[in-house]
Amino acid sequence: MTTTLTSEDLLTVHGVTKSYGAAGNTFLAVKDVDLRIAEGEFVCLLGPSGCGKSTLLRIIAGLMPATSGEVLYCGRHIEGVNPYATIVFQTFALFPWLTVEQNVTVALKARGVDPPTRHATALRLIDTVGLDGFEKAYPRELSGGMRQKVGFARAMAVEPELLCLDEPFSALDVLSAEALRGELMELWLGKKLPTRAILMVTHNIEEAVLMADRIVVMGKNPGHVVTEIPVTLRHPRARKDTAFQALVDRVYAAVAGHTPSEAEALGTAPGQPGLTRRLPPARINALSGLMERLNEEGGRSDLYRLGADLQLELDDLLPVLEAAQLLGFAQVTEGDAVLTPLGKAFAEASILTRKQLVAGRILRQPTVLWIFETLEKDDNQRVAQSYFLDKLRADFGDEAPRQLELAIKWARYAELFAFDDDTDELFLERGQE
Amino acid sequence: MPRPFRFGPAAVSRPPLSAADLVIVAGLGAVLALAIRLAWRVPAVVAGPEISLSGWALPWYALLSTSRMAAAYVLSLLFSLAYGYFAARSARARKVLMPLLDILQSVPILSFLPVVLLGLSAVLPQGIATELAAIILIFTSQAWNMTYSFYQSVTTVPQEIREAAAIFRLSPWLRFRVLELPFAAVGLIWNSMMSWAGGWFFLMAAEIFKVGSRDFRLPGLGAYLQTAADANDLRAVAAGVLTLVLTIVLLDQLLWRPILAWADKFKVEMVSSDAPPLRSWFFGVLNRSHLIEWLRHRFWAPLTEALDRRAVLPAEAGESTRTKVLWRRLGAGLAAALGVSAAGGLLYGVYRAIEALAGMTAAAWGGIGTGVLATFGRVVASLILALLWTIPVGVAIGTNRRLAGVLQPVVQVVASIPATALFPVLVLALLRVPGGLNLAAVVLMLAGTQWYLLFNVIAGTAAIPQDLRDSADLLRLSRWQRWRTLTLPALFPFLVTGAITAGGGAWNASIVAEYVTFGGKVHSTTGIGALIAQATATSDYRLLLASTLAMILAVVGLNRTWWRWLYHQAEVRFKLE
Repeated sequence: MTTTLTSEDLLTVHGVTKSYGAAGNTFLAVKDVDLRIAEGEFVCLLGPSGCGKSTLLRIIAGLMPATSGEVLYCGRHIEGVNPYATIVFQTFALFPWLTVEQNVTVALKARGVDPPTRHATALRLIDTVGLDGFEKAYPRELSGGMRQKVGFARAMAVEPELLCLDEPFSALDVLSAEALRGELMELWLGKKLPTRAILMVTHNIEEAVLMADRIVVMGKNPGHVVTEIPVTLRHPRARKDTAFQALVDRVYAAVAGHTPSEAEALGTAPGQPGLTRRLPPARINALSGLMERLNEEGGRSDLYRLGADLQLELDDLLPVLEAAQLLGFAQVTEGDAVLTPLGKAFAEASILTRKQLVAGRILRQPTVLWIFETLEKDDNQRVAQSYFLDKLRADFGDEAPRQLELAIKWARYAELFAFDDDTDELFLERGQE
Repeated sequence: MPRPFRFGPAAVSRPPLSAADLVIVAGLGAVLALAIRLAWRVPAVVAGPEISLSGWALPWYALLSTSRMAAAYVLSLLFSLAYGYFAARSARARKVLMPLLDILQSVPILSFLPVVLLGLSAVLPQGIATELAAIILIFTSQAWNMTYSFYQSVTTVPQEIREAAAIFRLSPWLRFRVLELPFAAVGLIWNSMMSWAGGWFFLMAAEIFKVGSRDFRLPGLGAYLQTAADANDLRAVAAGVLTLVLTIVLLDQLLWRPILAWADKFKVEMVSSDAPPLRSWFFGVLNRSHLIEWLRHRFWAPLTEALDRRAVLPAEAGESTRTKVLWRRLGAGLAAALGVSAAGGLLYGVYRAIEALAGMTAAAWGGIGTGVLATFGRVVASLILALLWTIPVGVAIGTNRRLAGVLQPVVQVVASIPATALFPVLVLALLRVPGGLNLAAVVLMLAGTQWYLLFNVIAGTAAIPQDLRDSADLLRLSRWQRWRTLTLPALFPFLVTGAITAGGGAWNASIVAEYVTFGGKVHSTTGIGALIAQATATSDYRLLLASTLAMILAVVGLNRTWWRWLYHQAEVRFKLE
């Protein structure tokens, strides 16, 4: 590469917005994102699922174009796939019918490297990631951790200046993930990689604090940058360290945010002006578990500890927390979850009382209320599913079926209304008795 | 030969009949009308080649038949790759190509045979025309499901693997070679085997096609069987059937099984599956052969290397944008010009078709209506007969391992004999019985379709989860209750899938089954297939066009209404997950 650096920034993202769908029915994946990555930096994009972090990574790598805004690499605009960047994928994305060695060499072949050099480079890299002896093995013969090592070897083969990692450890078991993180950090910190910067997408807060120089926290609806938190802890970082834990706590607080005002949290009914809020994809059992746990902890708990205790990943914990806030059972402040009196009543109630409690609260949610009232107005108290889907599509687009499914799930629990699979209709539970 | 049961693409859930379909059917009518115009000039008497009944001729005939199959298969494969790839890559092309493919898939192919044969005979020397017609006929029986399978594979490559190909900047050629083709390989091979089996059915029909005084026989196994039956030579019939079975078994052992065993590495699942990999002794031999290794090293590797090297992408995509735009414009212009001229041609064809159809008398239309109904009755009868015996036998094989071990190999061999090959023998046996041809027609339909149903029933039975069987035992369900609450509902989706394919096959068979020239005499019965054959024999091209279109409409209409509804029911209500 002959271009000399014009600034310290390897990469600048400027006001990038990405939307899907045609006019009138668009879905905003990310909105107005600014980001800079400096030479030698390890940056983490962190956020709950649906915050557009993976989309942003793909825009940066040039796999998809931004709807508006620009991505500059070394101060230049690059058309299409950025040839100086590469990605390590969450699901490894290896070619199952190619051996370990062929999987690495195919990346070199695409660049026109001659066979002897390809072979030598592949062997050296397979050796570097510790897979020597497995050159002729097929991916299906390897464990998840070993497959991801092949993924790293393949990425390194093209000597990327910008290494993009898309949740590379999240499909691995805990021990393999930890080992692989350590090995990557050793290579990176020991300057054994030809790479000038690393950008990693993750939803694992500890992982981000463990590896990154800077954490960019993203939020959803639509995806945007919430805040940036620099990590100045020295390597190797220890999870038990108080400074480490304090930082994890701080990131948790940034990710979970604060309980919004009631009007904002509830939003407006479908078809009405204003933003219609999505129902969080939370299971009722998980909500019960969370409430009981919080109650045992005396009504207040650190989110960080709560997640660890319940063995919930951030992606699983946040929707449950969101549901608890929506129902008014819990609040989130400064990285802590706090049980409300209502939540305490729920935690200590019998199953029947719990259903009544949820029934009373869930009807405040405009989407659920709208469905309920529509059914009440109907003479037979039965309305075709397609009617609701059509209306919900205007607000939720492709997400509409899932939203309706969630509403039905909660309403079924609360015994408000249910769904008849034979006739594809929704009906009021009361009408049945 | 225990072979895991697999079926081609499960019947696609089809859209209801739409305006686009009508356009496509009109287009088909136009093409037909134009082809029939050509066919005006065929001489009224066509002499077929002399078929020798000597046993020594059999290997030669087998080779001839196999070569026809191979030629058609190569054509089908090339077509599938090109058509499927294009449809998968271009969203705009897809909008036309996929509905077209769906219609083509459900058109009864044999109804085209007379038109294709006559059309080609008009412009080419008779020998070449018959060969070509046979190959085109087999091609039309093989290509669609392979195309569909390839298209589906290319469009279902997991997103991250596709992204990996993009981020590592694989050229289109390299992407095709290391990603799309391997990903599609297993499906393509299974569908090739299905197509190949279907191809025998149509080849046998094409080789023995005789209409009135026009004898379009081709030297081959099908013609041999027909001639043998005609001459009442049972020894020759037996020898012919034996040769056919031997050919099919040999091809299975020396061609398809090695290919399947080789393709095992293209299975996409990332876990080593419990099922033992498919074994093939011949593949083992090839794998250990030094000659093969030498060929691969000396020729295959340098060849692919050279091809791969030619297709390396430039470092940055940005530089070539201007030429790219120019090319794209040129391509668009060319496509537009092609489209306009094709549309013009089609319009002319539609005009001719309408002109021809307008001249039909009401009585003729009535005859066509009666014919469609009569054939429909036979199709229904054959389906019901097939269901009656395949459900009990299939469930027995599917639940009883010992029985399966004994019966499966037998069933495999019997099922591999194309029903059309046995048809002359059948006619020989049944012509003396009153209503014999009617019976023979139903039996031929049955013979061609029952295997789809049987295999589907066996697969469906094997797919009933053990815990459901256990609970049926625990609940002490009576035999009848067990059938009603467990077996039949669980089989339903498989029965529907099997019946859709079987029904299509039955319509097809009607053309050879309802009108037979045997021992110099014409025997025919009421039916749309008989009408098509009769129209060909008497050079009534209007009737030929009208009855062929009627049959296409009947089959497509049934697929889009009745089968579509049943398929939807199966998907929604009876799917075991």
